[in-house]
Amino acid sequence: MIEVRSLSYAAGATPILHEVGLDLAPRGITALIGPNGAGKSTLLHCIAGLARPGAGTVRIDGLDPFAVPDRRRARQVALLQQSPTVASRLRVAELVGFGRWPHHAGRPGPEDARVVAEALTAFELDALAARPLDTLSGGQRQRAMVAMAYAQATPWLLLDEPLNALDPRHARDLMARLHDLSRPGPDGRAVVVVLHDINAAALWADRVVAMKDGRVIASAGADEVLRAEILEEVFDTRFEIVPHRGRQLVVTL
Amino acid sequence: MAETAGTFPRPARRLWALAGLLAALSLLFLFWHLRGPTGFILSLRATRLAALILVGAATGMATVLFQTVAANRLLTPGIVGIDALFIFLQTALVATLGGLGYALLPEFGRFLAETALLTLAATALFGLLLRRGAGDVTRMILTGVILGVLLRGLAELAQRMLDPSEFAVVQQAMFASFGSVPTGALWMAAVVLVGAGALAIAMAPALDVAALGRPTARGLGLAHDRLAVAALMLVAAMVAVATALVGPVTFLGLIAAALGRVLAGTYRHAVLLPAAGLSGAAILVAGQFVFERLLGLHSTLAVLVEFFGGLLFLALVLNRRSA
Repeated sequence: MIEVRSLSYAAGATPILHEVGLDLAPRGITALIGPNGAGKSTLLHCIAGLARPGAGTVRIDGLDPFAVPDRRRARQVALLQQSPTVASRLRVAELVGFGRWPHHAGRPGPEDARVVAEALTAFELDALAARPLDTLSGGQRQRAMVAMAYAQATPWLLLDEPLNALDPRHARDLMARLHDLSRPGPDGRAVVVVLHDINAAALWADRVVAMKDGRVIASAGADEVLRAEILEEVFDTRFEIVPHRGRQLVVTL
Repeated sequence: MAETAGTFPRPARRLWALAGLLAALSLLFLFWHLRGPTGFILSLRATRLAALILVGAATGMATVLFQTVAANRLLTPGIVGIDALFIFLQTALVATLGGLGYALLPEFGRFLAETALLTLAATALFGLLLRRGAGDVTRMILTGVILGVLLRGLAELAQRMLDPSEFAVVQQAMFASFGSVPTGALWMAAVVLVGAGALAIAMAPALDVAALGRPTARGLGLAHDRLAVAALMLVAAMVAVATALVGPVTFLGLIAAALGRVLAGTYRHAVLLPAAGLSGAAILVAGQFVFERLLGLHSTLAVLVEFFGGLLFLALVLNRRSA
């Protein structure tokens, strides 16, 4: 369980998060939705222990991410950030291998190689394993970055806009893969994902957290949050919810 | 990673080839047209060769370290004003002591004092400006550039007030010279530079992670800021010792690092650092050999290094813009 209590964060004099309180379940997919500047990415960074809040606390399965050694934290929670930089000449398999750094600190063993191979297969990167990253398309590179976060083998996987640059097929495949990963089981992970595609949230998320102006507006099951009145309050525009094959389809008017 | 790397090109072989090339160049440098009092000439050439290798290797490795921490492959440590401080020091010494007084200064003592001062200045710049974390690297570089411009301006002002003979002394110190290197200083430099180089290579796996950028590296559990400060301390020591030993060669590091990256063909610092070091050493040994033995010219290698380094810098900037 991730427990966020009274979390406030400011970038200089500009407040970004205001007294955020949130409980995230240790299984399934939780989607963070909200307009640009709502504080979604900042919240993920605070949870991952990469942005120190001005006030409030974060606990990941009881662990304070700001009080433990960096590598210990990185074995508990992985964060895929937006537009990360990558060194040129780095190959896909090597990038994914970096996900094992918190486990081996520069001395990889057979278990690390096994997890890297599994991550490459899971994200359909076997054929691209030896390709330098600077020869890949944006979408292929994004998949490699997600595979690196996956290879970190953490109970918690936080993904900031992972569908950026992905075509519809790969976006669907990635969400399906995350959905499988987040099911209960020995390798099950809890996935928290920032999404701008509300229909992706409707289709794949178990729970949805809607944010606006650094505050949580709603946090509940996907069907409860993805209602026209809540979405209109969050995004300041009109929506229509259309039932489709047992799920909700969100149409912007 | 090591397991998957088996299918990729073997950078270690290139490293051995580069080491072989440097060894061949060194032999050529030592034994080409060896006539007269062999022992004396060999000892003279060996001292010069050691200085060339040490300065070239330290400058190349320091530049790779600096570029990784600053996340920018267009930078050299010289950009933060260490070279300008060295020239300012020489000008101040000549202006204060006069040309003769400057020439009479004990070489080893001067080397020690200059090394201490340059290391102190670089450490102060890196340490003070990084108090808010290694995210402040850009601010540090900008401050260094401004300080460098200020020191150059002050040095030029002082140079205008020197008489022509004293100015000639300063002018000679403004470009690196491998002609006369004090032996005592060379030993001390060797200890510092080899030690700093070994520490840098020991940090190689962490530097690989740091090269992913500060946010990603921190997400992977790397104590990025601590690593950056440690790397910059090594850069300060290496650049200060190399500069105090022979004088400033601003763009040598840029050429060595760029060549090292091409030859290493990998992002891995365990290969990149030695490749840049070997490239820097090979460039200086080959260049000095050509100028000294084949063309019969002296003390012009540094000028040529700066010229080609400047061109490479422009090429890298233009290439990046078009990419």
